[in-house]
Amino acid sequence: MRDLGKPIAPSRRDFLAGAGGLTLATFVPLRAKGQSGEAAIIRGGAEAGGFAPNAFIRILPDNAITVLVKHIEFGQGPFTGLATLVAEELDAAWDQMRAEAAPADVTLYANAAFGLQGTGGSTAIANSYTQMRKAGAAARAMLIGAAAKTWGVPAGQVTIEDGVIKHAASGKEGGFGEFADSAANETPPEDPPLKAKKDFKFIGKSVPKLDTSGKTTGEAVFTLDVYRDDMLTAVVAHPPKFGAVPASFDVDAARAVSGVVDVKETPQGVAVYGENTYAALKGRDALNVKWNDAGAERRSTAELTALFRETAQGHGVVADERGDVAAALSGDEAVLEAEFVFPYLAHAPMEPLDAVVEQRDDTVEVWMGSQLQTVDQQTFAGVLGVDPSNVIVNTMLAGGSFGRRAQPASNFAAEAAAVFDASGRSRPVKLVWTREDDIRGGFYRPLTVHKIRGAMGADGALKGWEHTVVSQSLVAGSPFEMLIQDGIDPTMIEGARDLYYKTDNFKISVHTMDVGVPVLWWRSVGHTHTAYAVETFMDELLQRAGLDAVEGRLNLLEGRPREAGVLKRVAELADWGRAPREGAAFGVAVHKSFDTYVAQIAEVSMDGGAPRVHKVWAAVDCGQPVNVNVIEAQIEGGIGYGAGAMLFDEITLAPGGAVEQSNFHDYRSLRINEMPEVEVAVIDSDESPTGIGEPGVPPIAPAIGNAMRRVGGSTPRRLPVTGLSV
Amino acid sequence: MSVKFRVNGDDVTTDVDPQTPLLWVLRDNLKLTGTKFGCGVAQCGACTVHVDGGTRRSCVTPVASVAGREVTTIEGVSGDAADSVKAAWRDIDVPQCGYCQSGQIMSAIALLEATPQPSDADIDAAMTGNICRCATYVRIRQAIKNAASGRG
Repeated sequence: MRDLGKPIAPSRRDFLAGAGGLTLATFVPLRAKGQSGEAAIIRGGAEAGGFAPNAFIRILPDNAITVLVKHIEFGQGPFTGLATLVAEELDAAWDQMRAEAAPADVTLYANAAFGLQGTGGSTAIANSYTQMRKAGAAARAMLIGAAAKTWGVPAGQVTIEDGVIKHAASGKEGGFGEFADSAANETPPEDPPLKAKKDFKFIGKSVPKLDTSGKTTGEAVFTLDVYRDDMLTAVVAHPPKFGAVPASFDVDAARAVSGVVDVKETPQGVAVYGENTYAALKGRDALNVKWNDAGAERRSTAELTALFRETAQGHGVVADERGDVAAALSGDEAVLEAEFVFPYLAHAPMEPLDAVVEQRDDTVEVWMGSQLQTVDQQTFAGVLGVDPSNVIVNTMLAGGSFGRRAQPASNFAAEAAAVFDASGRSRPVKLVWTREDDIRGGFYRPLTVHKIRGAMGADGALKGWEHTVVSQSLVAGSPFEMLIQDGIDPTMIEGARDLYYKTDNFKISVHTMDVGVPVLWWRSVGHTHTAYAVETFMDELLQRAGLDAVEGRLNLLEGRPREAGVLKRVAELADWGRAPREGAAFGVAVHKSFDTYVAQIAEVSMDGGAPRVHKVWAAVDCGQPVNVNVIEAQIEGGIGYGAGAMLFDEITLAPGGAVEQSNFHDYRSLRINEMPEVEVAVIDSDESPTGIGEPGVPPIAPAIGNAMRRVGGSTPRRLPVTGLSV
Repeated sequence: MSVKFRVNGDDVTTDVDPQTPLLWVLRDNLKLTGTKFGCGVAQCGACTVHVDGGTRRSCVTPVASVAGREVTTIEGVSGDAADSVKAAWRDIDVPQCGYCQSGQIMSAIALLEATPQPSDADIDAAMTGNICRCATYVRIRQAIKNAASGRG
């Protein structure tokens, strides 16, 4: 998800003008608000003597500094990253730092890239970089002001180092907590100065992650771990085909199961409420639902694929065109033509979707891994008929997402609200999806067909590139529909439209298919398929021209210093040009996504027809690095996530439209014995920080695909590579 | 029908359907929420606990089958291997989302208790049943090796 109408890195002017209330959020001291009843703003921080210089920071008398993080933490590191930015400008000691999820409040916690509160498009650090540093700098100035007054010395002589406030001349020293009370009386500075890069102590280093400890002891609390008094657990029988509705079901059989409390039909299916999870699951098994599939999508994957492929032969909506690609490619014997078929993919986060909802008077409280808090909050309000300001959303740690929890139309929140509503609302309800609900629940990376024609001269010049993409829109019919411009959903062709290789003749067109399978952004969105098509096609052109895969790319990256930079760096790292291990070959790919540049080299051999990925080298340029350890981890994880999907995964619809896969036995995940060694180089840069949650994914599949061709096989043009045979 | 067993050293008696998976008894009845639900069919390992010291997928273990036995969860696991593994996990920041990590850690502890100096092949054999969708596998492998060498 990206480009939601604003530049991702807020300019100083945007910041001061207040993108979605950010100025207020940063500079209005909120302690008064906390005392006037808006306690959610300094939730848990109303302890006596606490200092809340702004909506993002609270400092307690025991010196603990809690950063309220507006982005959900599901593994990509925003808790640590945003706390790092605050700690840097506060000159705090790292062991003082804590992080917790901010409440849902768009006036305080909007994502500057979206204009609403939410996480996605690898924007967490990019949109917070200035905001959180300013928040920390403001708090620092207020602490210094308070200390100076207490000590009767000029503020200009007071310094802070490692969490200790000092006046060198008098030898006076104190901790933040000592001044928490008096600092609250200071006026926040309007535009506090920020540190120069040379003075950074935390940014660009690798501070330990704040959420690690609880995740090694079982103490970290996810939505599934929320148990409210007198809570019911609900599961929903969902239609096996997209768009089917219940025709009949056996309420009595379900209710006969010990522990089943009730059965209700909701717009999403049939909800079974139990006193515990097992009762609800058994009750659902007993329902014997008959489905009416008259309105369902009943085409199979085979039919849809045939339709997409046929459509790719026709003229789509031209998204971009320059030169005369038809003339450039006519009659050229070197023209290469390729068709690629990419399957539907489920995200399959480890924690299936879940939510807890309860109501007290006219206040609804929700616990969930909310990725788009503003839309989720409004959805609960709409379904339950309460004011959005009366919906408290507790953003929980979530067991992964990879895009799954960021639904533009908040379909899961709507289901949780409907299930709670149908229960009568008298008891808290936890809605739990099983893995089968998840795998069969739709909102997939769409089935996509690419067709490319291109030609390369013997000198390595790219004569022309004609590209056609056939897919489904991710946002059509959702509140994010405004992203569609001139009939084109840009997420369908990102990474191909902006072809980084120099050519004078280029054309890209799009066919938007109307299919009843709900689709969604999947970690790195359009780049999941465009990077593969572009990078394997380019590599094959270079190989046919007898050119080196790295040198040949560099020759075409004129005026693209950052793509070229990561490519050169990864070539150094892998010692490009040396012989691979016996029976193996190297494959390379470079791709920019979410304004971050990543190049990868994979060393691959073939083992009984299946690729074995031994090692992957990666170079990443995400602007100013904030936490090198987190960046490396995201590249490692992105490689594993992308490789697993490329090798094993597809969601298919049987004739009639039912999803064929159901759990991890037939929707495979990469396992530890299949994980390559990974070596990462993080490029230092003075550019603004950009995303890291997604950009590690796009290059891995083409790097593997290129190595497979170079080891003597061919690049798979239909994914996954091996299905379930491995 | 009540089932009696021990969890983390304490005697417990549950009065539930004896076919109820141990996972849901631990979570719904005993509120030991460190053990996670991931698949329900013993494919992902997020629900891994120890039964009499060996790993067990609690999502497919009827509670009746642990009658009279000793169940250990992430909340109660202790000893040399447990301490080494948890410290090694923290030291190199293994977790990302963290949801599978209780299961990973329980499998790793059982591995080191049985094989104090595991080879890569030993690690593969012991850990392939634990899926991590964040693919923290590079660090899981490294942390197990670090824990083993620290105990060396």
